[in-house]
Amino acid sequence: MTGTRPDPDALLARIQQEESRSRRGRLKVFVGASPGVGKTFSMLEAARAARLGGRDVVVGVVETHGRRETAALVDGLDVLPPKAFPHRGVTLEEFDLDAALTRRPSLILVDEMAHSNAPGARHAKRYQDIDELLRAGIDVFTTLNIQHLESLNDVVAQITGVTVRETVPDAVLDEADEIELVDVTPEVLEQRLREGKVYLPEQAKRALDRFFRRGNLIALRELALRRTAERVDEQMRGYRASAGIAEPWAASERLLVCVSPSERSLRLVRSARRLAGLLRAPWTALYVELPRHATMPAQNREAAQEALRLGEELGGTAVSVPGHDAAEEILAYARSHNVTRILVGRSRRGWLAGLFPASVAGRLVRGAEGMHIWVGADEEREPASEPPPRNGLELGPLRHYAGAAFVVALMTAVAVPFHGTLAEIDAAMLYLLAVVVAAARYGRGPSVLAGLLAVACFDIVFVRPYGTFAVSDVRYILTFVMMLVVALVMGGLTTRVREQASVARLRERRASTLYAVSRDLAAARTRPELGRVTLRHLHDLFGGSVMLILPDLDGRLDLIAEMPVRQSVRSDLGVAKWVFEHAEPAGLGTQTLPAADAMYVPLATAERVLGVVGLRPEPVDRFGDPAQRQLLESLLGQAAVALERTALAEEKRIVHLEYEAEQMRTSLLSSLSHDLRTPLGGIEGAASSLVEDQDQLSRATRRELAQSILDESRRMTRMVANLLDMVRVESGALGVHREWHVLEEVVGVALLRVGDRLDGRSVTTDLPAGLPLVSIDDVLIEQVLINLLENVAKYTPAGSPVEISAALRPDEVLVTVADRGPGVPDEERERIFEKFHRAARGAGGIGLGLAICRGIIMAHGGRLWVDHRLGGGAAFRFTLPIVGVPPAFDQEPDVEAVAP
Amino acid sequence: MTGPGPIVLIIEDELPMRRFLRAALASASYQLVEAATARDGLAEAAGRNPDLILLDLGLPDADGIEVTRQLREWNTRPIIVLSARGQERDKIDALDAGADDYLTKPFSVPELLARMRVALRHAAGRAPGTEEPVFVTGDLSIDRARRVVTVRGAEVHLTPTEYRLLLALAQHAGRVLTHRQLLREVWGHGRVGQDHYLRVYMAQLRAKIEKDPARPEYLRTEPGVGYRMVEGA
Repeated sequence: MTGTRPDPDALLARIQQEESRSRRGRLKVFVGASPGVGKTFSMLEAARAARLGGRDVVVGVVETHGRRETAALVDGLDVLPPKAFPHRGVTLEEFDLDAALTRRPSLILVDEMAHSNAPGARHAKRYQDIDELLRAGIDVFTTLNIQHLESLNDVVAQITGVTVRETVPDAVLDEADEIELVDVTPEVLEQRLREGKVYLPEQAKRALDRFFRRGNLIALRELALRRTAERVDEQMRGYRASAGIAEPWAASERLLVCVSPSERSLRLVRSARRLAGLLRAPWTALYVELPRHATMPAQNREAAQEALRLGEELGGTAVSVPGHDAAEEILAYARSHNVTRILVGRSRRGWLAGLFPASVAGRLVRGAEGMHIWVGADEEREPASEPPPRNGLELGPLRHYAGAAFVVALMTAVAVPFHGTLAEIDAAMLYLLAVVVAAARYGRGPSVLAGLLAVACFDIVFVRPYGTFAVSDVRYILTFVMMLVVALVMGGLTTRVREQASVARLRERRASTLYAVSRDLAAARTRPELGRVTLRHLHDLFGGSVMLILPDLDGRLDLIAEMPVRQSVRSDLGVAKWVFEHAEPAGLGTQTLPAADAMYVPLATAERVLGVVGLRPEPVDRFGDPAQRQLLESLLGQAAVALERTALAEEKRIVHLEYEAEQMRTSLLSSLSHDLRTPLGGIEGAASSLVEDQDQLSRATRRELAQSILDESRRMTRMVANLLDMVRVESGALGVHREWHVLEEVVGVALLRVGDRLDGRSVTTDLPAGLPLVSIDDVLIEQVLINLLENVAKYTPAGSPVEISAALRPDEVLVTVADRGPGVPDEERERIFEKFHRAARGAGGIGLGLAICRGIIMAHGGRLWVDHRLGGGAAFRFTLPIVGVPPAFDQEPDVEAVAP
Repeated sequence: MTGPGPIVLIIEDELPMRRFLRAALASASYQLVEAATARDGLAEAAGRNPDLILLDLGLPDADGIEVTRQLREWNTRPIIVLSARGQERDKIDALDAGADDYLTKPFSVPELLARMRVALRHAAGRAPGTEEPVFVTGDLSIDRARRVVTVRGAEVHLTPTEYRLLLALAQHAGRVLTHRQLLREVWGHGRVGQDHYLRVYMAQLRAKIEKDPARPEYLRTEPGVGYRMVEGA
């Protein structure tokens, strides 16, 4: 055997990936260790080669920095003019993305991938422009200096001492189809620098001088080489996987990095990205939102959010969970998500650390069975284990402290009158009680204060020598210590319980919000209803303005609803369109089209984008908070699923309708071919006999032939009338023209029109005199009665009686047409009302009569069914609901006869 | 019948239908004039002065109702409109515009001839309902002078409105009267459009006159159009 066979799913994924690539443009990145290695030059050379190969090459943007050799290479290539962006009185020139998309070359050159665009451009970063070009199926050549790579950012800063602000997410490079390392030795680069061949902007010269030291150059070169080598390694592994070659490393890894509210988390997240890359493992950045999160300094909160955002940018998943105990929540998350490795920062802990609960890292090491814990270096201070006093000061407002003092004072006031009679141990117990009460009511900080005050009062009032703070007996020291310890323990417990309660409340609020949303969404049946529900909840949760934008039948986006109505925020359908097409958020607060008035997020399921929601929350930066963003995401996810559900239901309904229409057409065709041809054949035969007759036919025969022509024509007339009626019922063109009618008259007309087709069957009518006027379309109800009577004629023996009766019921009139025929078998009782269904003992007709009747009765809001008749026979019954109040009439006296 | 029979103008675009009418009417000794379009029909009506006009409502070049209206501007000869099923509205409009009667295709020859006879008789002022003081059809008699109505030998008591309604129908016996025409004649313009008035009085009238009101002998309903007093033998 030739090793393991490739997993079919993996193969499929690879094929799909290749297919999406074939539609997507190819990206080639020219990577260099530093400026001056000749990336742009190499790129231009490659472009010229491609042009010689017959490709349509356009220079989107190329920085020649005034170098002659480079400029010479641009000569003769098609160059796209830059677009001007006025910004604070200066005009900035930027790459013109729209012009490039319109021009649609086969290959475009976009220099300097890490460049930040001018404010007002569609995307904040040039690599986003490149992504859009690739999506449009255009191949792109671009350049990148290794220090601009996000995950290497701080490594480079450590090496060179220069922090680079313009960074490119690693995923962009990872997804590049081709990477070319443009490499020169540091010696050559130094040579070039000396010759002035490397462009350096005047203002940056000083910094860059430091940057271009030989040691730095060597280190950067190593980084670039390593990064490219990693990439080659990945390709090798990809090849091995696709070729079905057994992997030495089978275990699937999953990495979790713990984010804390500290700037250092950023570095931790970057190292997580590098580790995950090496392990080829999916990874998650997790932040445990402790109760203190809300009261933390803004700077810390932002640090946590920033770290989560970075995690997302670097290709990880960012998750924020509320909780009371960081280590516990991390472990719970890790266990439920099959995490194999946890990366956590270590706090700098002093010698006092031993007195306080163990660090998060320590507790993780103890609690994480079957997981590797990696502890990152140098995290300054750990969030979960700050010393209580400092923490306590933040906890309670001043009046809590006043309350604690008051409890102790009150206890002193109670105890003093019994100064003589009370033993010291009793007094101590009283103060202990005071401390416990203060701790239970006011939490940690105030309880400590109460402990201290209790010690002081006890000492001054009850411990000899009285009135002083001096202590005569060393035993009391122990009492004091005990009091303080009780205060600390009790206060700590209370605070903990409170925090847990508040976390539970927070969780419950989120859960109940989501529950309410899902309940309302489940109750909504139609698209507009769903839209309203979604908007209302979004508005309730995030305030500000919300808009719902959905595609119409032609796929054009339209503002369906907004809340509040006629708001000041104008909808920007252009941004919405971009979001709809790219399934990524854009607008306010994002990296794409940030100038828009609102943030636009796709309403998408895994399968497709169903619509776009526009939001301008109150306050505007609300979605900087990961918890809020998660809430938004889960809400939108639910809404999208619900929307898709209605869309699918609608599609199913249409498919079903089409199926029915198809059935109808098929049946119609077979009816036309058989049922209409038969009478036509009879007519044609009889008529031709008459035409060709040379006075040989007897008078009786001629008459018989004429009679058969007449009978067959009538039969056909009825069939065609039925077909037309059915088409009218089916197409919904059945307009019910209601008027107030006397049922007796309608029955009369039906009987008249059926006429002698009843073949002498005796008809009795039983229509009570008290029947009210009924609001019906007389022509249609006549048709129902005629069809029912014709069925009687068809299916009952000649001469059997028919009875038409009506009865008034609470809010309807029940009409019955009953016969004494063979009746309708149980299994047929429902099927006889189907289109083109014919009774087994067929008697001609195309099986539409009863279907038409049911259509008509349903259009009147009534029901039609068939019962067994007592004593044999069938009883067809239908109801006509009483709609509205029949008009009233005055009675008048009889006319007087004129005397003769 | 002496001399040439009455002239009948047929305005009908369908050739098979004209052929059928030709065969049916020729044997009843009518003289036929045929026109396939509304334009030709109007010209023939002016040129040949027919005694009766058979007008199809589904002409290709003009609306049958409009043709009726134009004819009625100068011509008082009876018009019988021919219509397909489902054209109830057009029938009513044509009748209200001045047509005398209607027939729904397909119809039988005896039916057609009967309608034509009634129309010609009314046009000649020889209708039974208008001349004699006593109108009789079957077992029903109306003595206009004495205001007495008898059915099967027994006197029936009618309210003034019922009586006026019966009288209106008798006056045009054999011809259809639209709801609108009856409402105007019996109640005046105030009740036009309130057809249920008519239906309720009609039901009362039938209850007093007919043997089985659900299968009337004298007062026939023309569904969606109006009512007709059936002429006796």
